[in-house]
Amino acid sequence: MPTAFSRILFSLLLLLPMAAQAGDANDFAAANPAKQASLLQQWSANPDSARLALLEALQQGRVAADSSKQAFIEHDGSYRAVEGDAAPTGQTRKLRLNNRMRGLISTAMASHQLLSDDPALRLAAAQELQKRAKPAQLALLEASVAREADDAVRDALTLALANLQLVDSDPTVRLAAVRLLGETGEPLARTRLETLLDPDVESDPSVRTAAETSLAQVKRKLLVGELLGQAFSGLSLGSILLLAALGLAITFGLLGVINMAHGEMLMLGAYSTYMVQVLFQRFAPEALALYPLVALPVAFFVTAAIGMALERTVIRHLYGRPLETLLATWGISLILIQLVRVMFGAQNVEVANPYWLSGGIQVLPNLVLPYNRIVIIGFALFVVLLTWLLLNKTRLGLNVRAVTQNRNMAACCGVPTGRVDMLAFGLGSGIAGLGGVALSQIGNVGPDLGQSYIIDSFLVVVLGGVGQLAGSVMAAFGLGIANKILEPQIGAVLGKILILALIILFIQKRPQGLFALKGRVID
Amino acid sequence: MTMPLNQTLLARASAKLGPQASISIGLLVLLVLLAMPVLHLLPADNALHISAYSLTLVGKILCYCIVALALDLVWGYAGLLSLGHGLFFALGGYAMGMYLMREAAGDGLPAFMSFLAWTELPWYWTGTDNFLWALCLVVLAPGLLALVFGYFAFNSRIKGVYFSIMTQALTFAGMLLFFRNETGFGGNNGFTNFKTILGFDITATHTRAVLFLATVLLLVASLYLGWRLARSKFGRVLTALRDAENRLMFCGYDPRGYKLFIWVLSAVLCGLAGALYVPQVGIINPSEMSPTNSIEAAVWVALGGRGTLIGPLLGAGLVNGMKSWFTVAFPEYWLFALGFLFIVVTLFLPKGVIGLLRKKGEQ
Amino acid sequence: MRATPTPDLMLEPAFDAAGSGRDAIGASSLANKGLNTRHGTILTLEEINVSFDGFKALSNLTLYIGVGELRCIIGPNGAGKTTMMDVITGKTRPDNGVAYFGETLDLTQMSEVAIAQSGIGRKFQKPTVFEALSVFENLELAQKTNKSVWASLRAKLSGEQQDRIDEVLQTIKLDNSRQRPAGLLSHGQKQFLEIGMLLVQDPQLLLLDEPVAGMTDAETEFTAELFKSLARKHSLMVVEHDMGFVGSIADHVTVLHQGSVLAEGSLEQVQNDERVIEVYLGR
Repeated sequence: MPTAFSRILFSLLLLLPMAAQAGDANDFAAANPAKQASLLQQWSANPDSARLALLEALQQGRVAADSSKQAFIEHDGSYRAVEGDAAPTGQTRKLRLNNRMRGLISTAMASHQLLSDDPALRLAAAQELQKRAKPAQLALLEASVAREADDAVRDALTLALANLQLVDSDPTVRLAAVRLLGETGEPLARTRLETLLDPDVESDPSVRTAAETSLAQVKRKLLVGELLGQAFSGLSLGSILLLAALGLAITFGLLGVINMAHGEMLMLGAYSTYMVQVLFQRFAPEALALYPLVALPVAFFVTAAIGMALERTVIRHLYGRPLETLLATWGISLILIQLVRVMFGAQNVEVANPYWLSGGIQVLPNLVLPYNRIVIIGFALFVVLLTWLLLNKTRLGLNVRAVTQNRNMAACCGVPTGRVDMLAFGLGSGIAGLGGVALSQIGNVGPDLGQSYIIDSFLVVVLGGVGQLAGSVMAAFGLGIANKILEPQIGAVLGKILILALIILFIQKRPQGLFALKGRVID
Repeated sequence: MTMPLNQTLLARASAKLGPQASISIGLLVLLVLLAMPVLHLLPADNALHISAYSLTLVGKILCYCIVALALDLVWGYAGLLSLGHGLFFALGGYAMGMYLMREAAGDGLPAFMSFLAWTELPWYWTGTDNFLWALCLVVLAPGLLALVFGYFAFNSRIKGVYFSIMTQALTFAGMLLFFRNETGFGGNNGFTNFKTILGFDITATHTRAVLFLATVLLLVASLYLGWRLARSKFGRVLTALRDAENRLMFCGYDPRGYKLFIWVLSAVLCGLAGALYVPQVGIINPSEMSPTNSIEAAVWVALGGRGTLIGPLLGAGLVNGMKSWFTVAFPEYWLFALGFLFIVVTLFLPKGVIGLLRKKGEQ
Repeated sequence: MRATPTPDLMLEPAFDAAGSGRDAIGASSLANKGLNTRHGTILTLEEINVSFDGFKALSNLTLYIGVGELRCIIGPNGAGKTTMMDVITGKTRPDNGVAYFGETLDLTQMSEVAIAQSGIGRKFQKPTVFEALSVFENLELAQKTNKSVWASLRAKLSGEQQDRIDEVLQTIKLDNSRQRPAGLLSHGQKQFLEIGMLLVQDPQLLLLDEPVAGMTDAETEFTAELFKSLARKHSLMVVEHDMGFVGSIADHVTVLHQGSVLAEGSLEQVQNDERVIEVYLGR
């Protein structure tokens, strides 16, 4: 086991600092540049963790030699001996390094990092070696590939090794290297193999044929990553559309209200997140990482309250007049946008991911899944579940559905229709606020944020079938994935237009959307 | 600012005095409009001189009046609220704009294409150096688009808010397309820096006067067309369609044809208005297609009173007059005012200003 | 274009030489216009099934209407009466089954407009008229004429058409309200206006869904007379709950129950049918 091996080696070194390689640093300090270069090359081929500190210091230009040619490392102006604990004698002079030397140091550093326990460090080292490996490191790389356990690191190492072997004079070695490259799923391997197809680069026809086969192999592997990547970004876009459209599905689908200010509810949710973040920065910087969790309820209640206020003041006068509602809510959206512009400025405000939402998982060499998007997909599904439970398992949900189906009858049965309308509208707006929190974690937060989502959200609701949660979910993910699959083929804009055309054609066939209730048409 | 004021007076008087008075006031407004370009030709120190700024502003508002009228034909009469009329307006404008660009560029490529290092004109701009063909495009581009979109939409019986949302998505898609540099529509900046039209200097007083006159004539022609349509059986079928489409179908009328006809006609009117707007204002860019612009046109119609012919003109004049004033006096507050206008009109003025005046007139 | 029934059908029923009795009404004049009623049947419904999400609105419904017949359809709520009319007028497509107008027109393949143009008129349960238009304009739009866009753009009422509308206005007793917007009429007046619109539309088959709902007794009586006079020249299918009204007009009654025909015959026969009694009174 490499890690066990290096650990033992390392502990041995701690116990016997002088024994293992007496005077590497001092040898280096004493040597002339030519000797230094060959030393570095030797070290590259035979890495030893004990040299790591020296190499690191060399890379940073902190190594100096005193008059007796002993090596010292500078720490904040004071010098400490690399070997032993002698104090510098006479004048210390920093070792001067030229570019060639720096390259050699990087190479040596990389081969030393291969011994590290941390796969990320090993991966970085392997990637460095893809660029810098020297023929002398051939044996080292072969050994490293053989014992490497991590797939991604092994692929990277294989590539580094193959890079060396590809320029070997022996065609059989080159052939083996080409075959080896075929085993990896590295985007770099593809470019490397593509150059080999040229007879001027590769003279041996059998190697060229092998390169072709390997290339196909690599492409196949990359395709998996690409497709998964597209599917993932499709799911991600779908979850965003879903969060944007879900509230609309309630206000439009259940209440029949065309809320053009729905996008602004998203925007207000995002701005609530921003405000929560600012407050955390000012009053509780140590708990800053938790701000999105606090922002969720804040955004929900802020937007729900605004939604309910709008419902009571404007929208309730317009039930049954959908086109008028559309115009009035558009007016509301203009006012809200301008209000935010006046209060926060027309520029985007900065909302930063907390540490647990930044970064991502490297699934394949060409596929990284960012944490924030994964979390948002999960969050969207959670919100759908919550909404479903609320509508189907609670008294409020029962009332909402009753009012939806027959307002007068519900009123006669004692359902307070006004209150139900208000609460349902608040719920729809609140869900949009939650969507706004999610959006703030992946995109820009500005006054126009909502405008870019409103049309897409309506398309989701129309496509999914009015009043159908399941339909909205299907439509959101369907649209998201279709968008992302079309995007690389024909570009984002044409993709959007094509999707619009497809929706129009789809509605030709299914005028009531994906999930429609059939029934006797009432006149 | 004379326009909206005149129209208010006109409407008030017509409500009080009956049809004859309204016709005579209408003629009066027409005379004022016809006199404006002539007054513009007067020397600048003359007391009656009308500045280029005012003339352009009124000309612009007149173009918007045509758009409002066109929108009213589909919304007020046929019940189809389009939130995408800005697209048709812009298409007409772009067709005219390309002609002006070619005119300005002489034998070479328009400036924005040379800037992108293009060597030849995209196929769809072929022949746009010819004024007549450009005019054909002004009609054909919005007309054909409306025909294709309408055919599919009406065939699948998309109506009500669904139709509105689809049209909004359409103009949004158009805006995205025109924003792209590689699509050959001048990207962000659109078309501007025009120099001549049919060889005449585009900023010359005479040219301005003629363009203004053309706009007045187009408005009068549209008004006459609308009046004829509204009085014909066709107009009555549209009203019936708006109120009880099913009944109409069981009477043996195919609503699709009726909707398609008025829809395409309305789109073409918008295109023509756009074509007159561009040389007067001197620029056309994709922001004309933004959903905001189109929905603003709906509020012109709603404010004036839909389902009437004079209402949309009144509304377009009032809103745009207000806009010109606000954007100079309180630019920050214009969107607030517009937003409140949307709310107030829908809540308190379902029949618009015309409806209000009529009510007052009856009392 | 689909066959447009002859304009003079209503005023002057045509009898062909070979024909006698009701079977022949309209047959000769329609034969060359496309509506073939050779076998004396104007409407054929066979084995019609319609289901909405598992609920069977019509199941194996089979029904024939003869030329010139006045048929009343009765049945409890939810029996499928309105759905049946939806199927005939093309508003609802049956899952399977045969629906023919005359001998040749397959109703399941035609659009609503084509069906209306081929000569089937319908009055809705809830009176629907064009509320923003005047009574006269309502009738003008309904009147049988070329209904294409171009024709409407150039349309002018001929003296003959004007006379016909005046005549109908008198028939439906709305002569004095001819310029009033239809939206201002009373419920009963709207019912009459809608019947009037059917009259000027001049269809061969009239489907009437609860035509006397909301009418006074005198109006109902008058409507009964009107329908009886129509029956000789047209075929009528009347859905009605008012048994008195049914009794006064119908010679033939069909009882629908749970989407299919329960009983058929004269009103007396039907009223004495055990199953019908059970359906109406049993639950």
